[in-house]
Amino acid sequence: MNDISQSPERRQIAPGGSRSLLPSPDQRERLRKRRAFKDHFSRYGIGIAGIGVVAALAMIFVYLFSEVAPMFRSASVSPQASYNAPGVDADDELVHLALERYNILGSSFSRSGRATFFEIADGDVRASFELPTPDGAEVSAVGVGAPRSQSIAYGFDNGQVALGVVEYEMTFPDNQRHIEPKLTQPLGDEPITLDEQGRALSVIGVQVSDRGSYIAGATDDGRLLVASFDTRQNLMTGEVTVEQTVVELPGIEGEPQQILIDGRFRHLYVSDERGYIHHFDISNLNNVEYVEAVQVTDSGYVSSMAYLNGTVSVIAGTSEGELSQWIPVRDSHNAYSLVRIRDFASYNGAIRHIQPEYIRRGFLVGDDRGNVGIHYTTSGRDLFQSSLSDQAIRMTAISPSNNLALITDQGNQLQVAEVSNPHPEISFSALWNKVWYEGRSEPRHVWQASSGSNEFEPKMSLMPLTVGTLKAAFYAMLFATPLALMGAVYTAYFMTPRLRGKVKPTIEIMEALPTVILGFLAGLWLAPFIEGSLPAVFSILIFMPLAMLATAYAWSRLPENLRNAIPDGWEAVLLLPTILLVGWLSVAMSPYLEIWLFDGSMRQWLTNIGINYDQRNALVVGIAMGFAVIPTIFSIAEDAVFNVPRHLTQGSLALGATRWQTVMGVVLPTASPGMFSAVMMGFGRAVGETMIVLMATGNSPIMNFNIFEGMRTLSANIAVELPETAVGSSHFRVLFLAALVLLGFTFVINTAAEIVRQRLRKRYSSL
Amino acid sequence: MKQWFKSGAPWIWLNGGAVALCMVMVLGLLGLIAVRGFSHFWPAEIVEFRVGNDSIGQGQQVVGQHVRSQTIPVQVARDAGIAVPPDLGEDELVTRHLIKQGNRDVTGRDFAWYPEIQMTEWMAPPDVIMLERREWGDFYGFPRRLLEDGEVVAEGDGLWDALQERVARSNALFREIRRIERRDVGIISERMEELRLQERGLQRDPDIDEAVLADRLDAMHAEREVLESEFRVLRAELDELHAANRRDTLVAMIAGGEEVEISVGDIVRATKNNDMSLASKLREYMYRFWHFVSGEPREANTEGGIFPAIFGTVTMVLLMSLIVSPFGVLAAIYLREYAKQGPLLKLIRISVYNLAGVPSIVYGVFGLGFFVYTLGGSLDELFYSDRLPSPTFGSPALIWASLTLALLTLPVVIVSTEEGLARIPSSVRQGSLALGATKSETLWKVVVPLATPAMMTGMILAIARAAGEVAPLMLVGVVKLAPTLPVDGTFPFVHLDRQIMHLGFHIYDVGFQSPNVEAARPLVYATALILVILIIVLNMTAISVRNRLRERYRAASD
Repeated sequence: MNDISQSPERRQIAPGGSRSLLPSPDQRERLRKRRAFKDHFSRYGIGIAGIGVVAALAMIFVYLFSEVAPMFRSASVSPQASYNAPGVDADDELVHLALERYNILGSSFSRSGRATFFEIADGDVRASFELPTPDGAEVSAVGVGAPRSQSIAYGFDNGQVALGVVEYEMTFPDNQRHIEPKLTQPLGDEPITLDEQGRALSVIGVQVSDRGSYIAGATDDGRLLVASFDTRQNLMTGEVTVEQTVVELPGIEGEPQQILIDGRFRHLYVSDERGYIHHFDISNLNNVEYVEAVQVTDSGYVSSMAYLNGTVSVIAGTSEGELSQWIPVRDSHNAYSLVRIRDFASYNGAIRHIQPEYIRRGFLVGDDRGNVGIHYTTSGRDLFQSSLSDQAIRMTAISPSNNLALITDQGNQLQVAEVSNPHPEISFSALWNKVWYEGRSEPRHVWQASSGSNEFEPKMSLMPLTVGTLKAAFYAMLFATPLALMGAVYTAYFMTPRLRGKVKPTIEIMEALPTVILGFLAGLWLAPFIEGSLPAVFSILIFMPLAMLATAYAWSRLPENLRNAIPDGWEAVLLLPTILLVGWLSVAMSPYLEIWLFDGSMRQWLTNIGINYDQRNALVVGIAMGFAVIPTIFSIAEDAVFNVPRHLTQGSLALGATRWQTVMGVVLPTASPGMFSAVMMGFGRAVGETMIVLMATGNSPIMNFNIFEGMRTLSANIAVELPETAVGSSHFRVLFLAALVLLGFTFVINTAAEIVRQRLRKRYSSL
Repeated sequence: MKQWFKSGAPWIWLNGGAVALCMVMVLGLLGLIAVRGFSHFWPAEIVEFRVGNDSIGQGQQVVGQHVRSQTIPVQVARDAGIAVPPDLGEDELVTRHLIKQGNRDVTGRDFAWYPEIQMTEWMAPPDVIMLERREWGDFYGFPRRLLEDGEVVAEGDGLWDALQERVARSNALFREIRRIERRDVGIISERMEELRLQERGLQRDPDIDEAVLADRLDAMHAEREVLESEFRVLRAELDELHAANRRDTLVAMIAGGEEVEISVGDIVRATKNNDMSLASKLREYMYRFWHFVSGEPREANTEGGIFPAIFGTVTMVLLMSLIVSPFGVLAAIYLREYAKQGPLLKLIRISVYNLAGVPSIVYGVFGLGFFVYTLGGSLDELFYSDRLPSPTFGSPALIWASLTLALLTLPVVIVSTEEGLARIPSSVRQGSLALGATKSETLWKVVVPLATPAMMTGMILAIARAAGEVAPLMLVGVVKLAPTLPVDGTFPFVHLDRQIMHLGFHIYDVGFQSPNVEAARPLVYATALILVILIIVLNMTAISVRNRLRERYRAASD
């Protein structure tokens, strides 16, 4: 105030400002600076905070994406070191190569029966063992069991066999890990006779599991023998006795090349030189059956085959470089037959070696042109294929932790290669297409991501979850959309303002209700209630609208003066007694209806006509989630209808249209985009809702639209499984992908709805 | 009739019916929760009757509280495995009653359905008592004798008063035991853990001098010994208290005539429901309600109170609002006042608005992956490496729950603040600028105060949403049973790294994960009631604050 009251003249009269109340120029300068500084500070502070917040929100996208992206990367193999395969002399041959899980020791087995353990880093030999060889006999065949069993069998030219199993003993002297390798012989120190006739074994196959050991062999005169070994330890003396049963298999045409036995000792496969795999059923050794011969290739032969982890799938590689996966499929008569379910990228040369991974369904392949590849069955991915040597590949090995590989070529040169292949089991087709899983008779969409067993094949198809999500949302929308839209039209257009002032807050309370409460009521109260009085649900559905119409008609027949006592816009209140009465009657009549129409139990009746009934089903979810969605749709649609410009409706009424004609002809066409966006928003909410579906369904990932069965949705699946998965595993990332899918889906829907709404707002303002 | 249909009136009525139906559903739901929730605390009548065919010796005496009844066709009853007399036809109805008969330790079945057929008249014997116990659920029976160290001290008329007196004594002892276990023993074990970590840290330190190390270790050993002796003293004290608590025993007869012994130390409360006046029933009701709200859960959360869950929910929501309000408001001011308006901003704005509609579980996934594993994991490595591999911040915790919910509610706050800012007439802003105020002065002294009510609205909505949200919390910080509260008397008072209990999760856990759903059901209703009340109260408080602010700034905006 002082500044203004003092005129400029007076300021000039008193230079120096000794008596003036005005701030001096440099004071003003300082003030100006301070204000400018504050202004800048505020501008940049707010700018940083604002951009930071927006960036933080954007980071949700970026982060989810970064967690998902590694799943779709290919494998990489980078050679680290190279040296001559230790323990294999120039005149000897490498027959088996393996790694232990800490990637410290490797083991090589030579044809002469020597096992050598060496440091992977430089190839220094740590220890070496010799398997016993019968006097005067020569090794004539070698067989290797499943990688996890770490077993190897040698067959001799006198019909005898020897079995060796690798064991690692871990100790921690001075807090340092020390691994001591051992070669044990579970069947005793002496070779065991497989062929009583003493002929040379040309091929042998072995399998060792917790149920015992089996060794099969082909003699040079064309007989096939299989022996089961049951080892028992005497509890008193600690002495191990081996019980041996040898059976001769039916003969095959052709010359056996390789023999495989599964870990449950049910199937035995023999490949021959003409491209066939012969399939034997050895589940009952007293009655061994020849099942079939399947042709893998017609122009070459099966040059290598191997069991994958779990010993169900066989990977067959041919001399033409083709790779295919075969599984035994059970038909309706419980008979198994081998079926080719998948092919992989082919190679230039003949497949020389197939090395399965330890705990996954992947495998390494080497061909005779020096190419090495990595493939994965469930996802059908060819993850890596490249030439690593100019000679034929002799042998490969992969670490149990899947991050290191050993590759040897014909010249006995061993390469150590680091492998990066963390998520081979995921591919677009594994997530969304039907996949033929082991043990199934046809390709299916299955979600079963984990199990207690190491031999389990994870089934991660997002299809059942997506279908479940859409099913839940569909039934919720079926329940909510008519109620919410009709209610919105009535509230916005017909209802008296006084009542409207009560209805809108009530609907807002409905919106604020935590979904966990709706879910718990749906699961613990509604589901048993519906199960107990199923006919009531249907009679309410049928009789409620009829009773409303009847009430309305009765009202219209009432005397004029009685009707005029209550003005228009109170219809909803008049209907309350009708609704309560119909509801009560339906529930009370439900047991009688069950007796009259459904032979006493509607649930049983449904089961009899072939409809499954779960207590927590889509009907319950539809009602509960519909309840959660109604307020969302209602508020937005009500806004849209209420904001239709008054002059439009008044014009229509003035031209003689009835109130209903005005609604149908003027209000709805104008407000329909808004109502559409309301429905979209409601759908977006139904898709992402977690607690209600978690609590009101059985959470079984099935694929159908039966209203009486449950479902598992993407969101409920995340809530159930994410806390229990290993961080960074493929399962973990798939759940992140599910979250990303949900995010993307709702984001697109909401954006579309928002754009429609903004357009509508613009249109209203121009009308 | 045709005329009537043509007029469109029926459709109007149908539309009205939809609204009415919605109202009935909302009010019915709230009513259901209220009735079931509130009736949980009422000391209901204990009934006694006989069922079964007495003439062939298959009769059975039942004592308990009636839970609910059901009328079902005979067929359904048979399918459900309920014993229905074979002479009933297929087309008849049977009524059955669910009776809470308690005594889980004796009968193994605390809830049982009984068909109304062959049921005698229900009676309410005045001398039947109901005991709320620390283990095995409720007990119903007829008191016979009270023993002290095996000697009968009360029988007949004086029994009831003696029992009440001794229950009060044992409850006092129990509180003392809890105090020692929680506070004194807790302090000692915490100190021990600290010592262990210090020792580990010293031993891992490569630069430490040998002599210094030995000295420090000796000092630690000495301190540990002091602590251990303190612990032994406490242990002895506890043993004594436990022994004292086991002194008294009540002998009571249960349905069927069997006499059982119950240690008075296990009894929380004894009531004679059938022998109470209305006033004493009301007193009992208030007592039970208070203990539900302020007590701690027992028996895998299916009994006792829910105080830790209420406390956890409120703490988490408060922490969340501390985080979300400044950032949400600043972001809104930036978007509305400072950012360059254009197509990019429009895109950003729509995106931010849409984030409000993104499923909450997505935020939970983000919170778990980013906050807990990435951020928490690095914090642990930087500051708490001594404690690894047991995580400090690298596991679900209060702070991560609050941060996740803050992110979740950020769009809500931004949207409503922006709306508030947009409503302020440009004349107010221009007036301020014309008077020479800088932009920031205009903003902070004119615009923001006027928009405060809108910001408060945003906060209300955010709090209401956060209090009821469960799905993301299941991933980032909520547990079914937290041993400690997130705020207590030990440094640093607010423990951001602790896991919390939450009302919503409590409902999910007790209702769906507990082995005895029937026993847990009333408690779930009561918890749901508390949650609904809490949310309504939070809303109301905030609304009244908003209204007061609106009054205050009305003058300014005119």
